[in-house]
Amino acid sequence: MAPLPETLPRRWCEQVREAAANGRALRIVGGGSKSFLGDVLQGDLLDTRGHSGVVDYDPAELVISVRAGTPLHDVTDLLDAHGQMLAFEPPAFAGATIGGMVASGLSGPRRVQAGAVRDHLLGVSLIDGQGQLLRFGGRVMKNVAGFDVSRLMAGAWGTLGLITEVSLRTLPRPPQELTLRLELDEAGAIDRFNRLAGQPLPLSATAWHAGLAHLRLSGTEASLRAARATTGGEPVGDVEASAYWQALRDQRLPFFTYGQHALWRLSVPGTTAPVELPGEMLMEWHGGLRWLRSEIPATAVRTAVADRGGHAQCWYNRAPGVAGFEPLQGPMAALHRRLRRAFDPQGVFNPGRMGGEF
Amino acid sequence: MSPDSLRASREFAAVDRRLLAQRLRRALPADAVLVDDESVRPYECDGLATYRRVPLAVVLPQDEAQVQAVLRICAELGVPVVARGAGTGLSGGAMPHAQGVLMSLARLNRIVRVDPLARIAVVQPGVRNLSISEAAKPHGLYYAPDPSSQIACTIGGNVAENAGGVHCLKYGLTLHNVMRVRALSIDGEVLEFGSEALDSAGLDLLALVIGSEGMLAVVTEVTVRLLPLPQVARCVLASFASVVRAGEAVAGVISAGIIPAGMEMMDKAATAAVEEFVHAGYPLDAEAILLVESDGTPEVVEDEIALIRQVLQAHGAHDIRVSRDEAERLRFWAGRKAAFPAAGRLAADYYCMDGTIPRKRLGEMLESIAAMAQRYGLRCLNVFHAGDGNLHPLILFDAGQPGEQERAEEFGEAILRHSVELGGTVSGEHGVGVEKLGAMCAQFTEAELESFFRVKLAFDGQGLLNPGKAIPTLNRCAEYGKQHVRGDVTTHPGLPRF
Repeated sequence: MAPLPETLPRRWCEQVREAAANGRALRIVGGGSKSFLGDVLQGDLLDTRGHSGVVDYDPAELVISVRAGTPLHDVTDLLDAHGQMLAFEPPAFAGATIGGMVASGLSGPRRVQAGAVRDHLLGVSLIDGQGQLLRFGGRVMKNVAGFDVSRLMAGAWGTLGLITEVSLRTLPRPPQELTLRLELDEAGAIDRFNRLAGQPLPLSATAWHAGLAHLRLSGTEASLRAARATTGGEPVGDVEASAYWQALRDQRLPFFTYGQHALWRLSVPGTTAPVELPGEMLMEWHGGLRWLRSEIPATAVRTAVADRGGHAQCWYNRAPGVAGFEPLQGPMAALHRRLRRAFDPQGVFNPGRMGGEF
Repeated sequence: MSPDSLRASREFAAVDRRLLAQRLRRALPADAVLVDDESVRPYECDGLATYRRVPLAVVLPQDEAQVQAVLRICAELGVPVVARGAGTGLSGGAMPHAQGVLMSLARLNRIVRVDPLARIAVVQPGVRNLSISEAAKPHGLYYAPDPSSQIACTIGGNVAENAGGVHCLKYGLTLHNVMRVRALSIDGEVLEFGSEALDSAGLDLLALVIGSEGMLAVVTEVTVRLLPLPQVARCVLASFASVVRAGEAVAGVISAGIIPAGMEMMDKAATAAVEEFVHAGYPLDAEAILLVESDGTPEVVEDEIALIRQVLQAHGAHDIRVSRDEAERLRFWAGRKAAFPAAGRLAADYYCMDGTIPRKRLGEMLESIAAMAQRYGLRCLNVFHAGDGNLHPLILFDAGQPGEQERAEEFGEAILRHSVELGGTVSGEHGVGVEKLGAMCAQFTEAELESFFRVKLAFDGQGLLNPGKAIPTLNRCAEYGKQHVRGDVTTHPGLPRF
């Protein structure tokens, strides 16, 4: 018989203590839907999926507490049934779990308007590298007691601890959405998206690829009608629009799935002029997130992006020897090393997950 | 240094004041180093005046290079450094260290750049919160977090405390509105947390640094996110026959799918106190009043106000008024914003608490506070950021009466412990500082507190940045445990003791 979800964290504490004592590493995996990112995973497998289920959900409190191994779609379905959502619109790669969603820190099309995973993360329970079960944050919106360790777990890829449970802020789903399509070149799209974002409009997502821009408005019927007068563009049917944003969020558009060259994720200041690198470009987040499909060398990509105040991650089709995550340098690398040791002195969790020594 | 030695109460070696002053004067302009008692006296406390300490020296650097020079001197001599903005904090977070340097960042007060297309402003830490919005206004933009001290408080202090305000239910805290923090480590190393892009390489240290109460690094520049100014804002004022009904109405509004720009509650005592002071037109017969604000485009506001009115009515509001114009809206808010000064008029002293609880426990909490007020023999006015469950009970007392201040502090701690019991936290937005060190022992376990110290140590190996704040030492929690086993065991038998 499988162990009850409630008893798993205690066993995991034991497993972590043993690993630390014997100098072994643990490789934390949920659905494994993001295993393609970053470097080779080492260590004994620790599968989180046995620790599953919603612990508490009260729609009027706008909070849901969930065990780390819970499938993401179980949570989004439940919220949907109550007219609510995770506003950061996380990618729903096949098999994704809530723990992996937090650990990867990836947000979807609504990122600019609604914030990132960490902005909606209210609390976590985690097991540190000494096998201690700790709780940080809580189930309330405002909480400044102690350092904000819970939010540090978003995007830490499990390198600081094993997340066992999280509390997330939920929000009402917008009553209506309207997607508009218009022809623009890359520079025109960057300018248009940012100008619209500076006006009081319910702009919830933008995307651009191959001369075609998509804008999404979310709100009441009256507010969408009023906003349309400012945005311009041709309305896209609801079914097609919803399929488009989902495919973008889950990286199922042909741009993501076809092509032999490396796919790069470029995070840059949104108003950055078109990054003139050879290859094909897809843009989200009002220009703040740019996907580049290109065969040029990694150093050329990283230098161009760093010069513009951003950083680059190699997503798919990584050439041998190329780091997935942007390497850290100088005092920042030293600080990361010390922090890593603060949570996980023996280096038990996911060594190398974020590249190199991290 | 090990976390164990950080967790113990710590003595710093005495440093010769003249020697320290000499070193600082070599690095800074003459008027930027204060050492005589009379000149350092104004810096002996922040907004929480009951906690005072005279520092060895006060420095007023005017640029990053000077901040760096001071930090290097202090790191070399092993002298504690406490950074300070405008000194409006309410938890003693900027209280000086008796063996240390108090560093005011008020002279780093330049707005470096406003970029309307990118919707960001780059500012130095000494820039006042409100002046960011003033600089952004010509572009139709503003900086959303609005702590009640916004005319005076600085963005550096806001970052240190993760400051909120009445609009954070919809627009978030400082954390949600800051993109990048440039800071110096105690060794004077430049560290960039976050960036002008939406995410950065490595761990999300920005989230850790915001709200770290000056214990990890000293902020020298901040990039904030600006939002489009709402075209319209309107406010609903509603009266309820009980605080429990008002609390249910708050949940009702959220359940209807509305996230109001602000949702505030005041009890009868608070309403009466402010009405006498500012004449906001509040109903005096109500047991509780709610202020619910909607902002955005005219279409959105019209729809939302109609729905809010409907929900409040369904939850038994007996008098509902909607602001007809901007003057009336500001009048509705004037009362709420005058709550603290009104408390100041009613009593010689008042003590403001800052716990946060799940919204659904509001009614229960208010009943407990009423019972505690009886037990401690002190009056308490209740104002809340009801939308996010953040309570600000104002305990009235007279420090001149023997025993009253101690009773007020005990009352306050009892409220905070009860906040933790109800699933909440001891501080929603004011920070722990020195004031809530004891209450932290009720919220966190030994192992959790030790994790905080390990984080502190990773940033500040000598433990020199704002020592003794925010995280209680072992001794402190042991003392706290003893005190409450003795004095309070009958009232909260279920409370874990450390």
